[in-house]
Amino acid sequence: MINFLMSFSPSFILIFAGVLAAFIPSYPGRKGLMIGAPTLALVLLNMIYLQAGASGTNEFIGGYFNVAGIELTTLRIDPLSWVWGNIFAFAGILNGIFALHEKCKITDTSALIYTGAGIGAVFAGDLITLFMFWELLALSSVFIVWRGGKESYPAGMRYLAMHVLSGVLLLAGALIYGKETGTYAFNHIGIDAPGGKLLLLAFGIKAGFPLLHNWIQDAYPKSSVTGTVILSVFTTKLAIYALARGFAGTEMLIYIGGVMTVFPVFFAVLENDLRKVLSYSLNNQLGFMVAGIGIGSSLALNGVAAHVVVDILFKGLLFMSMGAVLHRVGTAKASELGGLFRTMPLTTLFCLIGAGSISAFPMMGGFISKSMIIAAMFEEHHYVVFAMLLFASAGVLEHSGIKVPYFAFFSHDSGKRPQEAPWNMLLAMGIAAFFCLYLAFPWGGYQVLYNLLPHEVAGEAAFSPYTADHVIFQMQLLMGAMFAFTLLKRFGLYPPERRAQILDFDWTYRRLGLNIVKWIDAMWGRLGAQIKMLFGKMFGGIGRRLYQVFSPAGAFSQDAPSGMAAVLTAGMLAAALLSVYFF
Amino acid sequence: MSSISHILPSWVLTHGPALLVVLPLLMAVLVALLPSKNTGAEKIAWMAVLSTAIICAFIAFGILGQVVSHGPVKYAMGGWEPPIGIGYYIDALSAPILLLITLIAVLCTLYALPSVVAEIEPKKRSPFYAAFLVSFAGLLGMVATGDAFNVFVFLEVSSLSTYVLVAMGASRDRRALTSAYKYLMMGSIGATFFVIGIGFLYMQTGTLNMMDIARILQDVGPDSRVVKLAFVFIVVGLGLKLAMFPLHTWLPGAYAYAPSFVTAFLAATATKAALYLLLRFGFTVFDPSWTFISKFFMYLLAGAGILGMLIASLQAIFQNDIRRVLAFSSVAQVGYMLLGIGMTTTLGLTAGYLHMLNHAMMKGALFLAVGAFWYRFGITQVSDMRGLGKTMPLTMAGFTIAGLSLIGVPGTAGFVSKLALVRAAAENGWWWAVGVIVVTSILAIIYIGRLIEQAYFQPAPKQGAATVAKNEAPMIMLIPLWILALSALVFGIDAEWTTGLAEAAAHVLEGGPILNTPPLSGGH
Repeated sequence: MINFLMSFSPSFILIFAGVLAAFIPSYPGRKGLMIGAPTLALVLLNMIYLQAGASGTNEFIGGYFNVAGIELTTLRIDPLSWVWGNIFAFAGILNGIFALHEKCKITDTSALIYTGAGIGAVFAGDLITLFMFWELLALSSVFIVWRGGKESYPAGMRYLAMHVLSGVLLLAGALIYGKETGTYAFNHIGIDAPGGKLLLLAFGIKAGFPLLHNWIQDAYPKSSVTGTVILSVFTTKLAIYALARGFAGTEMLIYIGGVMTVFPVFFAVLENDLRKVLSYSLNNQLGFMVAGIGIGSSLALNGVAAHVVVDILFKGLLFMSMGAVLHRVGTAKASELGGLFRTMPLTTLFCLIGAGSISAFPMMGGFISKSMIIAAMFEEHHYVVFAMLLFASAGVLEHSGIKVPYFAFFSHDSGKRPQEAPWNMLLAMGIAAFFCLYLAFPWGGYQVLYNLLPHEVAGEAAFSPYTADHVIFQMQLLMGAMFAFTLLKRFGLYPPERRAQILDFDWTYRRLGLNIVKWIDAMWGRLGAQIKMLFGKMFGGIGRRLYQVFSPAGAFSQDAPSGMAAVLTAGMLAAALLSVYFF
Repeated sequence: MSSISHILPSWVLTHGPALLVVLPLLMAVLVALLPSKNTGAEKIAWMAVLSTAIICAFIAFGILGQVVSHGPVKYAMGGWEPPIGIGYYIDALSAPILLLITLIAVLCTLYALPSVVAEIEPKKRSPFYAAFLVSFAGLLGMVATGDAFNVFVFLEVSSLSTYVLVAMGASRDRRALTSAYKYLMMGSIGATFFVIGIGFLYMQTGTLNMMDIARILQDVGPDSRVVKLAFVFIVVGLGLKLAMFPLHTWLPGAYAYAPSFVTAFLAATATKAALYLLLRFGFTVFDPSWTFISKFFMYLLAGAGILGMLIASLQAIFQNDIRRVLAFSSVAQVGYMLLGIGMTTTLGLTAGYLHMLNHAMMKGALFLAVGAFWYRFGITQVSDMRGLGKTMPLTMAGFTIAGLSLIGVPGTAGFVSKLALVRAAAENGWWWAVGVIVVTSILAIIYIGRLIEQAYFQPAPKQGAATVAKNEAPMIMLIPLWILALSALVFGIDAEWTTGLAEAAAHVLEGGPILNTPPLSGGH
């Protein structure tokens, strides 16, 4: 039995469980699958990996399929994919626990398939398999987006369009790559390989590269309470995996990553919907990873892997806490929340742990991973990007570390007295919070995480996060940002309704920045409206034309008389004769 | 497969090629003679058709096994050796089509029992079954024979009976009559063109046996105008029969108004048999290495394929009648096959042939499901499909699987053949064709998605105060539907067998004209 289960990718277990869940009418049965299937997958993938390790290699390749003459490798577990597989399966369990109260068949089914597709894509050994899971990921997740209600439908459509586009680019790139190099194997590709640019673009869409990132802030905050938590884990982190696998050391990514860390800061500070703030900060964290991949040294790649693990935990934790607030209060808008710590103390505590982790306080999750990437950046002498990452770190503290918990749980009292979150949500948040703290624990905690990392660095070169200079440097950075918060406290004397806007380094700059952003936004809005009208006219016209031509009453589809058809046949004969004579 | 040849007595296999044609013809006469007043007669007729189809399927299986293990099967009708008598010739190109036709016939016949009762007037039922047997025999004959004029005869045998079958839909919808008339007109033009082409060939070569024609044509060479004329007439004539765009105008009407069971059978087999003939003549009688033929394939055939894929897919999007949606989609799918054939490379031919096999499965399943919708609720329009996911869940699930396969979702048979086609186009450097395949796949998502959306996301219609109750199709209709739908899944996950068959067929085509005569295996 075990041998049978170990003969194919664990992702199929999850996908199968997802299909099964669609047919199970009993809600406890479905919930059992939601937690049981990822647990089984987690156990299996580690057993497979350990078995390979016992036979002396650190790579397991199997799960071959033959489709249309191409041999597909659906199971490749090596140190890199092992890290992602573990954290994906673990996140699947956490999501299962968090969603325990929800009685929605569609979410259960698509969450399981989505998790399975994520794990399957990570274990894909060739580009065609990657493409198939890539598309499955998009298709299964869009149903989760659609669970968010009416407003989420158009967002889901836009989301789907982006991801199908990404899949098409991936397929095109894979075909060109396969044709030119003779192999579809998914290893280091590099931007100069045939089809490399297409593949980079395909990965870039999913990773939220600047200007390709809008789907994240568009779709994620509009999903349901549990939906957003589930969505935040897989899609973008899979893209990071694909980049780390295929494009490690591509210099362009350093700058792309730098820009990705900085620009969401401004938007996040201005945003009112706290789940949208978190979506922006998701983008910002991805920037750290992309920049780390761009460096491509063992230290940087280890940092990326570590940051993915920790980020899934603390970003999941933050989304969960906001989900709990949304679940109890019915809104996650900063202007309508405040003072919730009185009745939701545990949620507040967990949210603060998540906020501390994302801001990279020493002893908390983000510190041990982010400092690796920043240190690697410094070692490779990319000082401009280094400075951008520092600025972004401070910005993270500002919008995710302070803004989110402050407006939700403290701030002015909104008078709302919701109940504490349901026990299953608390449990899921508690587990995530525990790992946020445990994996950063200086005496025996962070070493566990570092042992998971793909590149073995031992002895002198081994990275140690808790050195005096690291800690002091980080504390200086955080204290500087805290100073801004102190200023904020003073501005807290201002009338309460303006409070929502006073949360930045400097009042004047903020005002200026806000106005510039507002102006850009207005112009953008106008331009967008004009373009939309233009497109509407154009596509409306095209649609009408198409209808006129092809509908049953249209010119093309009218029931043509037999004589007409006979004339067509004669025309075809004439064309064929002419062609045959002239060739 | 060899185990099946052991089940059958050896003489069945020895005379298999002849039995395939003769048995349905003889049974057709018997069925036609059954008394039509007696209600038990139709049951007997149905049993006769079913048993004939099953026996033919076994024979076709046996022949395929023989072809795979021992190479082409030759048979001299009545013991008269060709070129004096009529020779039958079955190789890796034709054997899978024979098996396909017989298997689809078995499944459709199973389905026919309730469906014919609902759609055909009682006294016409036995003749209806007889006409079906004649059409079945004609299709098998077209594929099995190695004699060019015999092809024409069987083409007419199957076509004439098909016109009758389509016209029988009149008791359901009177428009079947005009559709059948139009089909008759166009089909006759096609057959006439074909026979004119055969006439030219006879004029040039003095023989009707395909292998002899091929051998003599090699001596004549590509410059003869008569040969060119013969080629054009034959290809255009067959183009009409296989619904090549823009000669497809007969198809939507015929598919939309024929009885359900006839539509499913025709959609899965008739155009495939005509396409087989195009391959047979274009590659193994004429020489595809001749410039005018290779250019014709590349420009006209692939061009017509591309146009058909785009325009017919667009037309399918805007149709109101479900069966017309599927009929236009058939024209588009024929375009895919023609595109693959037009490449004339190994990969292209494999992909075209594979798509032909896969398309038969999924389109058969789709039409069977639509027939079941009509059987239970009288549904013909797209807008009437609302709530079918609730009212006929099993039928609709089968429909959905086949529909996904038609779109080409990974894990289904349609994906395998579309991927093969994309690879073939990429290998050929036809990047525009890859683009067109992607675009038409998106169009397929729209026209199939429209139907699925109606069924699953719209509420079921109300009947008075209550919603319409669940009313699943009878088991005997569901079984064939699900066999086809599941095969579309199975061959999507493990495509080794179908791909192998397609590769063997492509190998035959690549060999060019078949000149040498392998030793006879039958006849006296």
